[in-house]
Amino acid sequence: MKVSVEYQALAPIIILLASGVLSVLVEAFIPRTLRRPIQLMLVLASIVLAFAYVVINATAELAGDPLVNGGQVKGLRELAASGSIAIDGPGMVIQGIILLISFVAALLLAERQIDPQGDAFASRSSTLPGSEDERQFTAQGWLQTEIWPLYLFCVGGLLLFPVSNDFLTMFVALEVFSLPLYLIASMARRRRLLSQEAALKYFILGAFSSAFFLFGAALIYAATSSVNFSTVAVAMENSSQDGLIIPGIGMIAVGLLFKVGAVPFHQWVPDVYQGSPTPLTAFMSAATKVAAFGALLRVFYVAFGGMRWDWRPMMWVVAVLSMVIGSLLAVTQTDMKRMLAFSSVAHTGFILLGVISTSAAGLSSTLFYLLAYGFTSVGVFAIVGLVRDASGEATHLSQWAGLGKKSPWIATIFALFLLALAGIPLTSGFTGKFAVFTAAIDGGATPLVIVAVVASAVAAFFYARVIVLMFFTEPPVDGPSVVVPSALTTVAIGTSAAFTVLLGIAPQPVLDLVINAGLFIR
Amino acid sequence: MLLTTLMLIPLIGSLVVFMLPAAKPTLAKQVALGFGVATLVGSVLMVIGLENSSGGLQHVESYDWIPAFGISWTLGVDGISASLIVMAAILVPVVIVAGWWDAENARRGTVKGFFALILALEVLIIGVFSANDLFLFYVFFEAMLFPIYFLIGRFGGPQRAYAAMKFLLYSLVGGLFMLASLIGLYVVSGRELGTGTFDFETLTTLNMDPATQKMLFLGFFFAFAVKAPMVPFHTWLPDATAEATPGTSTLLVGVLDKVGTFGMLHFLLPIFPEASKFYAPAIIVLAVISIFYGALLAIGQTDVMRLVAFTSISHFGFIVLGIFVMTSQGLSGSSFYMVNHGFSTGALFLVMGYLVSRRGSKRIADFGGVQKVAPILTGVFLISGLSGLALPGMSSFISEFLVLAGTYAVNPIAAIIATFGIVLAAVYILWLYQRMMTGVPSKEVEETVTEISRRELVAIAPVLAIIIALGFVPQVALNVINPAVEQVQTYVGVTDPEAAVVVEGSGS
Repeated sequence: MKVSVEYQALAPIIILLASGVLSVLVEAFIPRTLRRPIQLMLVLASIVLAFAYVVINATAELAGDPLVNGGQVKGLRELAASGSIAIDGPGMVIQGIILLISFVAALLLAERQIDPQGDAFASRSSTLPGSEDERQFTAQGWLQTEIWPLYLFCVGGLLLFPVSNDFLTMFVALEVFSLPLYLIASMARRRRLLSQEAALKYFILGAFSSAFFLFGAALIYAATSSVNFSTVAVAMENSSQDGLIIPGIGMIAVGLLFKVGAVPFHQWVPDVYQGSPTPLTAFMSAATKVAAFGALLRVFYVAFGGMRWDWRPMMWVVAVLSMVIGSLLAVTQTDMKRMLAFSSVAHTGFILLGVISTSAAGLSSTLFYLLAYGFTSVGVFAIVGLVRDASGEATHLSQWAGLGKKSPWIATIFALFLLALAGIPLTSGFTGKFAVFTAAIDGGATPLVIVAVVASAVAAFFYARVIVLMFFTEPPVDGPSVVVPSALTTVAIGTSAAFTVLLGIAPQPVLDLVINAGLFIR
Repeated sequence: MLLTTLMLIPLIGSLVVFMLPAAKPTLAKQVALGFGVATLVGSVLMVIGLENSSGGLQHVESYDWIPAFGISWTLGVDGISASLIVMAAILVPVVIVAGWWDAENARRGTVKGFFALILALEVLIIGVFSANDLFLFYVFFEAMLFPIYFLIGRFGGPQRAYAAMKFLLYSLVGGLFMLASLIGLYVVSGRELGTGTFDFETLTTLNMDPATQKMLFLGFFFAFAVKAPMVPFHTWLPDATAEATPGTSTLLVGVLDKVGTFGMLHFLLPIFPEASKFYAPAIIVLAVISIFYGALLAIGQTDVMRLVAFTSISHFGFIVLGIFVMTSQGLSGSSFYMVNHGFSTGALFLVMGYLVSRRGSKRIADFGGVQKVAPILTGVFLISGLSGLALPGMSSFISEFLVLAGTYAVNPIAAIIATFGIVLAAVYILWLYQRMMTGVPSKEVEETVTEISRRELVAIAPVLAIIIALGFVPQVALNVINPAVEQVQTYVGVTDPEAAVVVEGSGS
C-alpha cells in the first residue's frame, strides 16, 4: 500500500504539532528570562500561519474536481494520509473556528497583569499546595512557561480531531488534545486543591470515556472489518450484525458526548470549569466543544449516516436531557463559573438539535452556532477572570452585585455576552439558535424545538438574574473590583464582543461561508 | 425610506441625549423633548401622506437583511398601524414633559439615561408597528423589552427589580413561543414556496393545512395574549405599573401592550384565517372573562396604579373581543379603541402620577377631599376617569359601542354579557373618584396636595383634548382605520352578517 502525505492539506496540523516540538526545545534550551516572549511569539505565529493555510486550502481553485459540482465550489476536498484524514469544507470551517478561538484564548493565557502575583498558573505545579516550597517560589515571583508546549499540542490535536476520517486517527487526536488539557487544568495558581481535584476528575472520567470510544471502535471493526468512516458506512448498510453495530454506535457516542459535555456525561463539566485556571476554562468551553462537535458531526453524518433511524432516538433523549437539566441546574447555582458551566451543558443540547437534523441545513447551522457560541463563551470567561478580590477571582454570584455601578463598561459587555447566551435577538446567540431550530423543525424534530424553547425560557431567567444583580443591586461594602487588564485580555474581550454583535446584526457573510462549506466528503 | 427616516429621528435623539454630559440634566430633557416633537411632526406627515382609498400597506420599503433566511427589512403601514404610530408619537413628548422630574426623584441612574431610553423605546415602537417582515417584527417585539426593563428596573419604586424581572420573563417566555411558531411558519413557507420567507404579504397567500395553522396560531397567540395582557397571562402588568414611573406605565400600557392586540389583528387574522375562526369562540370567552375579571379586580384595589392596570386588562378584553368577532364594526371598534385606550389610560396614569408624587403614597385610603385643595387637578382627574369608563362624548365610548354592536351582530350573548362590563367600569371609576376626591381632606392631604402645575397641565391637556375631540369627530380616525379593516376582512375571507346594526362612527 502506497503511503502518501498531502502536506498542503495537512499543513495546519503539522505546523501546530511541529511548533509544539519546537516549543519543548525552547523550554529546554532558552534562558528563563527570554522564554516567555519567544514562546508567545511561537504560539501566536504558528496559529496565524496555520490559519493562513486553512484559508489558502479553503479558497483553492479546484476546477474539474469530480467531487465538486463541476468545479464550481472553491476549496480543497480530499482524503489525505491514505484516507485517514478528510480535508473538506466543514472540516476546514471547524479548523478555522478552532484557530480563531485558540488565538484569542492564547492572549488570555498570556495575561500577566490581572493577578498581582503573576499569571493564572501556579509558579511551580510540582510544589505541594500550601507548602513552604510553594510559598517561596511564589514569593520569588517564579512564573512558568510550560503551558505553551502543552497548549500547542492541544491545539494540534483539536485540529486533527474533527478531520479524522477513521476511528483510530480520531482516538489518537482525542488523546493528543486531552492529555495537555488534563495537565493545564491542574495548574491554577489560586485554589490549587480545587484545581487539582478537577484535573484528576477530568482525567479519570476522560480516560473512562476514551475507553468507551475505543471499545465502540473495536465493536464496529468487528462488524464491518474497517475503522475507516466511509468503508464503515458502506459495510453497515449491508451488514446484519446489529448486535455489534448498535452497541458500537452507542459506545462511540458515549466517548464523543463526554467531550461535548452532554447529559448524562456532563458531571465533569461544572467541576472542571470551576477548578481550572479561568483562561483555560475559556479555551476549553469554546475550542474543545467546537472540535468535539466537529468530530461528532463527522462520525454521525459520515460513518453512521445510514443508521440515523437507529441513533436518532438516543440523541433525542440526550438533547432533551442536556437542555432541561443544564438549564434547571444552572438556576440553582451560586457560583458564576458553575452557572456558566451548566449553561454550557444546556447549549450542548441546543447544538445537538443541529446534529440530529442530519441535513445540509443541520450541518451549516451547527457550524454557525459553534462559531457564535465559541466567541461568546471565551468572552464571558475572560470577564469572569477580571472580577477579583484579595483572595483571587470573586466567582460567588453575590459578589457581582452592583458591578454595573463600579465598572459600567465591563458590566455592559458582560451583559451583552449573557444576552447572547440567552439567545436575545440582534446577538450572535439568537442567529445561531434560529438557524439550529429551523433546521430541526425542517428535519421533523418539532417537539425537540418546543423543549428547546422552554429550556431557553428557563435559561433566560438565570442570565437575567445576573444582569439584575449587576445593574439593579447596591454593591456590597467590601466587594470585589474589576482589575484593569493588559492589552492582551482587552483585545480578547473586544474581539469576542465584536463577533457577538456582528454575527447578530449582519450574519450573512458567515452564513454564506457555512452554507458554501458543503457536506462532509466520504 | 419614510418609515426608516421616521425611526432615525428618535434614534439619533436617543444617541445625542446619551452623549450629553451628565451634569446638564435640563439640556438632556430639552433635547429629548425636541426630538420627541420632531418625531411627532414626522409621523403626522406620514399619516397625511396615506391614501385612504387603499387598505393595503403603504410607504412600503424593503431591503435584504439576511437573505440566507429570507429575512428582509420590510416596513410599511396601513391605517391601523399608522394611527397607532401617531398615538405613540403624541404620547412620547407628553410623557417627557409629564415625567420631567421622574428621573431625579428616582435618585438612581442618570437623567439623560432616562430620556435616552424613552427615545430608544420610541424607535422600537415605530419599528414594531411598521415591520412587515415577521422576523423583523419579532426582533422589535423582543428588543422593546429592554428599554422598558431598564426604565422599570432603574427608575421604578421599591419593588422595581422584582417587577422588572417578572415583566421580562413573562414577555420572554411569550416571545420564545412565538419564535417557535415563527420558525415553523418559515419552514412551512419554504416547503410551499421553495424558499422560506418572512414577508407578511407573501405569507398571507400561503395555503396551510388547518392542523398546521392551529399549531402555529397558538404560539403567536400566546405571545400576544401575554403582551396584551389577557387573563390568565396578565399578572405581570399590575406589578410592573405599580413600580414603574407614571410615564413608563403610560408607554407600557398605552402603547407597548397594543403590540399584542395589534399583532392579533395585523398578523394572526390574515396569516391564519382558518385557525382564527376555529379558536375565535374560545378567545371570545377569554375576552369576556378579561373584561369582568379586570373590572372586578380594579374595584377591589387599594393601590391607584394597580387599579388603572386592572382597568386596562378589562379594556383589552373589549379590544380582543372586537377583533375576534371579525365584523367590520368590531374590527374598526377595536382598532379605534387601541388608539383611544392609549390616550385615556395614559391620562389616568399621568394624573395618578401627579397625585402620587404629591402625597407620596399610592394607597387610595391616603387620599380624600382632594377637590377642596386642588380643583383643577380634580377636573383633570374627572375627565380622564370618565374617558376610562367610556362616557358618551368621550372617544372611548365610540369604540366600545362599535365593539359591542359588532359583537351583537354575530354573538349576542357575548355582547350582552360584555355590556355589563361598562357598568362595572362606572363603579370602579366613580367610586375611586368618591374615595379620593370628595369628602373632607385630611391634614396630610391639605399639606401635601397642591394644585396642578403649569408643566403638568401642558403635558396632559393635549391628551384630554384629543380624547374629547375624537369623541365628537371620530371620523378623523375612522376614515384612516376603516380601509385597513376591510383589507383584514378580505384576508380572513369574512363579510358582515346581513343586518348590521348602525352606521359606524355615528357617535353619540
